Amino acid sequence: MAGSGKAHLRDKGDVLLRVEDLVVEFPVGRTGLKVHAVSGISFDVLRGETLGVVGESGCGKSTTGKAMMMLPRPNSGSVVFEGTELTGLPANEMRSARTRMQMIFQDPISSLNPRRKVRDIVREPLLIWKRGSEKEQLGKVDKLLEEVGIDPQRAAESQAHQFSGGQCQRISIARSLVLDPTLIICDEPVSALDVSVQAQVLNLLEDLKVKYGLTLVFIAHDLAVVKNISDRVQVMYLGKICEVAPSDSMYTSPAHHYTKLLLDSIPVPNPEVTVQPITVQGEPPSPVLPPPGCRFNPRCPAADDRCRSEEPQLRKVAEGHFVACHHPLFGGEAPVAVRTSTS
Amino acid sequence: MNTRLQAASRQVDGPLLKVTDLHTHFRTERGLVRSVDGVSFSLDRGKALGIVGESGSGKTVLSRSIMGLLPGRNTEKSGSVIFEGEEIIGLSLKARRKIWGREMSMIFQDPMTSLNPVMRVGKQIGEGLKIHLGMDNETARETALKLLQDVRIPEPEKRLDQYAFELSGGMRQRVMIALALACGPTILFADEPTTALDVTVQAQILELIGEQRRDRNMSVILVTHDLGVVAGHTDEIAVMYGGKLVEKAPTRTLFANMKMPYTEALLRSIPNIEDPSHTRLNVIPGRPPDLVNPPKGCRFSPRCEYVQPKCITEEPPLLTAEHAEHVYACWFPVGSPVYREKRAQLDKESKQKLSKTGVS
Repeated sequence: MAGSGKAHLRDKGDVLLRVEDLVVEFPVGRTGLKVHAVSGISFDVLRGETLGVVGESGCGKSTTGKAMMMLPRPNSGSVVFEGTELTGLPANEMRSARTRMQMIFQDPISSLNPRRKVRDIVREPLLIWKRGSEKEQLGKVDKLLEEVGIDPQRAAESQAHQFSGGQCQRISIARSLVLDPTLIICDEPVSALDVSVQAQVLNLLEDLKVKYGLTLVFIAHDLAVVKNISDRVQVMYLGKICEVAPSDSMYTSPAHHYTKLLLDSIPVPNPEVTVQPITVQGEPPSPVLPPPGCRFNPRCPAADDRCRSEEPQLRKVAEGHFVACHHPLFGGEAPVAVRTSTS
Repeated sequence: MNTRLQAASRQVDGPLLKVTDLHTHFRTERGLVRSVDGVSFSLDRGKALGIVGESGSGKTVLSRSIMGLLPGRNTEKSGSVIFEGEEIIGLSLKARRKIWGREMSMIFQDPMTSLNPVMRVGKQIGEGLKIHLGMDNETARETALKLLQDVRIPEPEKRLDQYAFELSGGMRQRVMIALALACGPTILFADEPTTALDVTVQAQILELIGEQRRDRNMSVILVTHDLGVVAGHTDEIAVMYGGKLVEKAPTRTLFANMKMPYTEALLRSIPNIEDPSHTRLNVIPGRPPDLVNPPKGCRFSPRCEYVQPKCITEEPPLLTAEHAEHVYACWFPVGSPVYREKRAQLDKESKQKLSKTGVS
């Protein structure tokens, strides 16, 4: 099978979400070609954990996030959330499952209805699901707005455009929490914000996560942001998973050449650090005709014939650290058991 | 190449660009928006200056005011911009057009919307060459090919006859750079040139701009919100806040010895890749000032941790630090006794807060 392996899936612990062999493809007009957005990936998220998903544009990270919500339904694969298989669920049951999993989007201003008052936007999910009396609903909305740092009085009188980008993102967060979900999928929630505001929103997400016992899937292209918020990080490239590891070990010892490239590309805010020349050139190829074998092979400094023909499977290189590479930066030929005991 | 010779022969003493007390205000329904409010600086030949600030700090309006790219209607401009010894504020459009492309050019943030969608790449690059340098079609095409090679676009011959939509984001930005470099400008403005690009491509583009700057002895003004981007790719940095220049210094001096609490707060709010995960981020509370009614005194005072009564009433002038090229606008800069006292107090408070909540 052309998947990327499942060695990293966990049986122990309280698994909230388990995705296996997820495939999402989109047709390209009437050409008969397909965009291979996500090509058979598997991962899991434990309750209370934050999974970070990083990768460049077009690597399928947002598609993965949406496929988990069945927006649209994946072409194949399974998504098990709180013990329920979502892929075969009838539409009405899926609707009620979505109250437990919510999403926050990248552009905070366009994801709020421009014509409505902000307080009504946050309240709407409660109205749709007829939860509580009017007084209870408004009480809950105001409490959430205060928690995210928005004045409820102002929210009752104002529309989204009267708030700044950072404030709109706070409003989106309040809206996502109003139905008491367990899982929040954040799709690039801070990439449209200034650094100073970004830090405010990241700290807020951390606080709310603890307070409401949330589980987060945090999708972003900024590695420093992802590292800061995640427990476990998953690196994606062209619809595949390259590497999965605990946040800190991913950054101290990346095993995949692509992860290393990403880390080396981050501009360091320190002029004393000499900028290392980037050895890898070019851009990701089109996901319409992905290269055979390892999808990173055309840009990889370590690629050989095997990489061009045989797809690497995810395997363990250290405790909790998995990589899909024939020639990883560490944990290569040596037996896996030896590696894990020393690390 | 003859343009570069021309530029050299015209060389005059002093800085390439000297901006003095530049104001750009926009008349709106809400009132006058003071986007650039009295900015002065100078830039030497061959140097790279980074202009850093949050959205709405006036950094883009500043670079466009210098270029002369702002609409005339409802805009109030004053101040002086001396470029190669000549005043360029108040030039006619006709005179401006002789400068654009040939002397000053600009790379924009969004490479898709800044390229002509219905003109082939080669023709687009050749257009400026023909108008400014009087090249014929054939020479212009050859030069365009050479430029595409310079910016290291894969398969340059093929790209000449392609349209912008057929190229990836990184390639389009390379075309923009080729276009900007075509007539050998002495100064290149790059307004958030990598914000729309992926990190791996961003690193390549920044390297390319730096390489072209050294090869052509060109000055670069890099406008960005990312302190990481400017740290490795500039000689000097100017920090803007609320339409004003609040600190300017050689890059190394700035990072080693920043004076303005705003610069420090901006740097500290970036998540550091070396910190363990779940490290609490330092935030700058509040939001950037409203440029219709900017705060009195220091414009950063409502958000400053170290604010003193004097900051709220009196606006600090630009002062010179130990390093002569280092200027800053702050009454109680980083490292001053008042700053240190307040810092110690803040540290104590946060420690008490932590011990109360039981977090170690």
